[in-house]
Amino acid sequence: MDLALVVLVQVLYAVASLVIVSAGLAVIFGMMKVINLAHGEFMMLGAYAVIGALELGVNLWIAIFIVAPIAVGLVGVVLERLVIRRLYGRMVDTMLATWGLSLLLVGIVTSLAGNTTAGVSAPLGSFSIGAYSVSGYTLVIIAVAVALALAIRFVLTRTQLGLIARGTMQKPDMANALGISPSRVYSVTFAVGAALSGLAGGLLAPLTGVVPTMGAAFVAKAFITVIGGGPAILAGLLGASTLFGAINQLATFVTTPVLGEVALLVAAIVMLRLLPQGITGRFFKGSL
Amino acid sequence: MDRRSFIQSSAAVLAGGTVPLFPMAAHAADEIVVGSIIDMSGGLDIYGKPMTDCMTLAVEEQNAAGGLLGKKIRLANYDPQSNMQLYAQFAQQSALKDKSTVVMGGITSASREVIRPVLTRNKTLYFYNTQYEGGVCDRNTFCTGVTPGQTVAKLVPYAMKKWGKKVYVVAADYNYGQITSQWVKKFVQENGGSVASIDFFPLDVTNFGPTISKIEQAKPDVIISALVGGAHISFYRQWAAAGLTKKIPLASTTFAGGNEHIVLSAAETDGFLISYNYFQNLDTPQNKAFKDRFYKRFGADYPNITELAMGTYQGFKLWAEGVKKAGSIEREKMIAALESGISIEGPSGKVSLDPETHHCVLNVSIAEVRNKQLNIVETFQQQPPVDTSAVCNLKKNPKDNQQYVIKV
Repeated sequence: MDLALVVLVQVLYAVASLVIVSAGLAVIFGMMKVINLAHGEFMMLGAYAVIGALELGVNLWIAIFIVAPIAVGLVGVVLERLVIRRLYGRMVDTMLATWGLSLLLVGIVTSLAGNTTAGVSAPLGSFSIGAYSVSGYTLVIIAVAVALALAIRFVLTRTQLGLIARGTMQKPDMANALGISPSRVYSVTFAVGAALSGLAGGLLAPLTGVVPTMGAAFVAKAFITVIGGGPAILAGLLGASTLFGAINQLATFVTTPVLGEVALLVAAIVMLRLLPQGITGRFFKGSL
Repeated sequence: MDRRSFIQSSAAVLAGGTVPLFPMAAHAADEIVVGSIIDMSGGLDIYGKPMTDCMTLAVEEQNAAGGLLGKKIRLANYDPQSNMQLYAQFAQQSALKDKSTVVMGGITSASREVIRPVLTRNKTLYFYNTQYEGGVCDRNTFCTGVTPGQTVAKLVPYAMKKWGKKVYVVAADYNYGQITSQWVKKFVQENGGSVASIDFFPLDVTNFGPTISKIEQAKPDVIISALVGGAHISFYRQWAAAGLTKKIPLASTTFAGGNEHIVLSAAETDGFLISYNYFQNLDTPQNKAFKDRFYKRFGADYPNITELAMGTYQGFKLWAEGVKKAGSIEREKMIAALESGISIEGPSGKVSLDPETHHCVLNVSIAEVRNKQLNIVETFQQQPPVDTSAVCNLKKNPKDNQQYVIKV
C-alpha cells in the first residue's frame, strides 16, 4: 500500500516534470512553429539565473519563480528580434538557426561561469509515506505543473492577449488587417515561451547538476512530448506528458532505468505510427 | 657530436642555412616531444583541466631540472573537445607530424581505445594515466592509473565491515560502470555479503526517483555508486532530498573524481566513503613539497588536485624515469627500461611499474567525505593490479594486444 502510494507520487512527478520541461517548447514550437533546438539551453539559462541570483543573496523561491523566467524571457526577446523574426514560416531554417544559438549559448555560459558543475540543494526536506521517504520538492514540481496548466488555459481562453496570440498564429495577415501588429505578438509570444523554459530550468536546478551542457538531457524529451501531443497545445501537452511520463516511470520501476528510457521512445514511435498527427490529431479535436 | 645530429645539422645548412625557414628540423635534435591529448573543453573538461595543469607542471619541472638526456622537452598539447573523432586525428598528428616520443592522454575508456591502435600502428609509446576498469594488455601501452582490483578490493570490505553485508549498486551505463560493478559484486560475495541489485543509468539520466524508492524497498545496508558525470550528480542530490543520506550509507568508486564533493553541500555528502590512489591532504613530505610547487604555479585557491591530475603527473614522472634509465628515446629501449621494474617516489607514495601488465603497483587510500573535505581514514601500501594480472602477462606474451573483460 505504501509502495503503491510512492509509485503514484513518482508517476505524478514524472508527468509533472514532462509538463514543465515541455511547456515552453509547446508555445514556441507547438504554437509558433519555430523548431527551437535551443530549448534546452533556455532551460540551462534559467538554472544559471537561479544560481546567479542565489549568489547575490536572493531568496530561492524568488530566484526560481521570478528571476529565472524574467531573465530568460528577456533573452528570448533579444534573440527573437535579432534572429528568429527573420525566419517565421521557414521551419527548417529555424532549426539551423536555433541549433547555432544553442551552441553559442553553451559557449557564452561556459566562458562566463566556467564548466564546473554548480547547483543548489533541494529545499523543504523530505516526508515519509510508511517506510518510504519522498522529497518535499517533488510535491512542489507536481503543484507547479498543475498551476502551469491552469494558467496556460486561463491565458489562452479568458484573456484578450491569448485570443490575439492564437488568432495571429493562425492567420497573421487577417490579424494585421484588424489592426494588430503580428510582429509584436510574435515577439511577446516567443518571450513567454522562453520564460516558461527559463522557469523549467530554474525549477530543475535543485534536482540536477547545473552545467552549460545540461540542456541536451532535456531537449529530446521536450520535442517527443510536444510532437506526441499534436496540434492542440494544452491538451496535447497534458496528454503526451501523462502517457510518456507514466510509461517511463512504470517501466523504470518494473525493469531498469535504461529500459525505462527505451520504453518511452518505443511508446512514442508506436504512437506516432498509429496517430501520425499526435494524440490531439485524433482525440480532443478542436480542444485547446 | 654524433653521426645523426651531424647529418641533421648538415641538412639544415644545406637547406639554405636559413634556420627560420625550417625551425622544426633545426630544433628536432635538441628537444624531446611529448604529445598530450586531454579534453580541455566539452563534457569531460571538468576532468581534463586539472590533468592538463599537472602535465604542464611536470614538463616545466623536468625542463627546469635540465630536461632529459640533455635535451629540452616540448609539450605538444591537443584538445580533443570530448570528441572521439578528434582523438583519432590528434593521435595521428602526434605520431606522424610531431614525431612524439610518447603520447599521454585519453580520459574515458572509449578515448583510450581510439588512441591505442593508432599509436601501436605508428610505433609510438602510449601512456594512459587515468583511473579505469582494468584489463588493457598491450606492450606499447602503459596504464598508470588505479583499477578496481586496487580500489574496489579495499573499499567494498571496508564499507561492509563498517555498515553491513547487503549491498545495492548504482552505476553508469558504459564499460566503466558495467565492469566496475562486476568487481563490486565479486568482492561483496567474497566477503560473505549479497548484492540486492545492480542498476545502470545512461549518462544523461537526471531522474532517480524510482530507483531511490526501489532502494528503500530493498533496504540495503550500504549503497555502492559508480555514477559518472554532471547529470548523475542529481542522484546524490535527490538521495539527500529524500532524506536518505542519513539513513543508508554510501561508498563510491567515482565520487569526488570530478570534484562533486565541492559542488554538493556538506549535508548532502557527509559520511560518503571513497577510494583512490591520491588525496590532496595525504600527509607525506613529497606531497607537501608537490603542493607547494603546484599552488605556486596555479594559485593557492585551486579547488582540488584530483586523482586523475596526480595520475597524469606520476605517469609523466615514470616515463621520464624510464628514459633516464634507457639513456635513449628509442621505443624498444624505453619499453625495456620501463619493464625493468622502475619506480618513483610520487606525491601519492611509491609508484612502480609492473613489468608483466604495464600497470602500476601503488598505494590506495580510503577517505571519508566530511564538511566538503576528503579525510583519509586508512591507507593500504603497494597494491598490485590483481585484476589485470589475472589475464595479462606481457613478459610471456609480448604480442598480446587487447582489452580483456575479466570474468568475475
